[in-house]
Amino acid sequence: MDYHRHLDDELNELRDRVLLLGGEAERALERAMHALAARDDSIAREVLSHDDEIDRLEVEIDRQCIDLIALRQPAARDLRFVISAVKMAPLLERIADHACNIARATIDLNTEPEIKLSASLQRMADHASSMLRAALDAFTARDAMAAREIIKRDKEINDLYNQLFHDLIAMMVSEPSTATRDARLLFVAKHMERIGDYVTDICELTVYMAEAAIIKHIH
Amino acid sequence: MMSATTPKIPSQFTLPQDQSKASFVSTPAAPAKITVSDLDFYYGRSQALFQITLSIPERIVMALIGPSGCGKSTFLRTLNRMNDVIPATRVEGQVTIDGNDIYDPGTDVVDLRRRVGMVFQKSNPFPKSIFDNVAYGLRINRVTKSKTELADRVEQALKDAALWSEAKDRLHQSALGLSGGQQQRLCIARALAIRPEVILMDEPASALDPIATSKIEELIVDLKQQYTIVIVTHNMQQAARVSDTTAFFLLGKLIEVNPTEKIFTAPDQKVTEDYITGRFG
Repeated sequence: MDYHRHLDDELNELRDRVLLLGGEAERALERAMHALAARDDSIAREVLSHDDEIDRLEVEIDRQCIDLIALRQPAARDLRFVISAVKMAPLLERIADHACNIARATIDLNTEPEIKLSASLQRMADHASSMLRAALDAFTARDAMAAREIIKRDKEINDLYNQLFHDLIAMMVSEPSTATRDARLLFVAKHMERIGDYVTDICELTVYMAEAAIIKHIH
Repeated sequence: MMSATTPKIPSQFTLPQDQSKASFVSTPAAPAKITVSDLDFYYGRSQALFQITLSIPERIVMALIGPSGCGKSTFLRTLNRMNDVIPATRVEGQVTIDGNDIYDPGTDVVDLRRRVGMVFQKSNPFPKSIFDNVAYGLRINRVTKSKTELADRVEQALKDAALWSEAKDRLHQSALGLSGGQQQRLCIARALAIRPEVILMDEPASALDPIATSKIEELIVDLKQQYTIVIVTHNMQQAARVSDTTAFFLLGKLIEVNPTEKIFTAPDQKVTEDYITGRFG
């Protein structure tokens, strides 16, 4: 019994680390968007400086998963959990990387005259954050149904991105002097669209963990 | 009708509701070598197996897993009537091999055990030479017609059991001088020499070190090209490594049979999952 309690402790510790990484990625995204909206270089630089910590967490999760597989040989739901965790960690790390890219864009944009941020951009950011938070909740609860619902919400981010893309291109055409800033905002929008894709991947892993069903590439 | 002692299921586990009616049969794509239907087995008044129904396709490795006392070895031994030698045992139901009921009163049990060979947990070479161990079954069954043919069959069996290169220069030395792993492969060679169709293995590597275990496992995988193999093992990783199909037994009942990769990644029954993830008991 001690052995199995020990295994459960290790699995719980792994879950907590994934959630910690998820929380850090979520916080990085929110801080980066706040820096963008507030034209605040210092917050943007904080996001960038914190990225090493996020990278370190990802490596810790990798190591822990490797140890669990090598030493515990998990099976069935334990195996699915460990496989999901090891695949989820880089997704969360990449979400944080996209937040860093938004922070870098912010620093660049702050060297140029202020422009009004599109409401769609903020909506995309809110939506991406909310999806990420819900995805982490679904992972914690092993809730495949919730995960499937979150996947459907990615379409909203994609629609917002497409709308923003056309708006920004139109602005570049109508006012070429702001094209550089518009292009940077386009990249910001693309970063958020990619975050939505990563959240979808995370939810697919939650479905796999809960139901052993591989649903990627089929929705 | 003899009353039976029904084992108590630990309170934390619930067996699937309709388990006694569960049926695990081969698909048309994989014709059954062995078919077991509604098999009950009794040691005196104590029932050890309950309504076992499954089929074992030809040329696969099926692993039987489950906690000690769950009936997997008893079940294995019903497949070549090895339990017949235990007093006061009784079988109900049907076991067929190639469609023939092996419990039919007309069955030639000696012939059955020639067709269904067995390898035990502890290697049991005879206190004879390596050659004579392998030749033993051929001689008593009068299988070969000449010394040359006998020698050829012994050589082939030792090769099939992956022991030839280690034994060819000491064929007439005592088998008891072989290592534990070599002795177990010798027992496999002895079983293979009479060219069975099915090989039953009861924890064949449980007393061996990892290298000897690995050789036995490689051998099992090679042998399934020609034989149907049923193996009892307590080693989950071994079941995962060598078998195509895994059957999980608990308290004398067959809980689940599925492809091995399914059993180890997403079993159908929670009680199977509890067992293979080590949360059992």
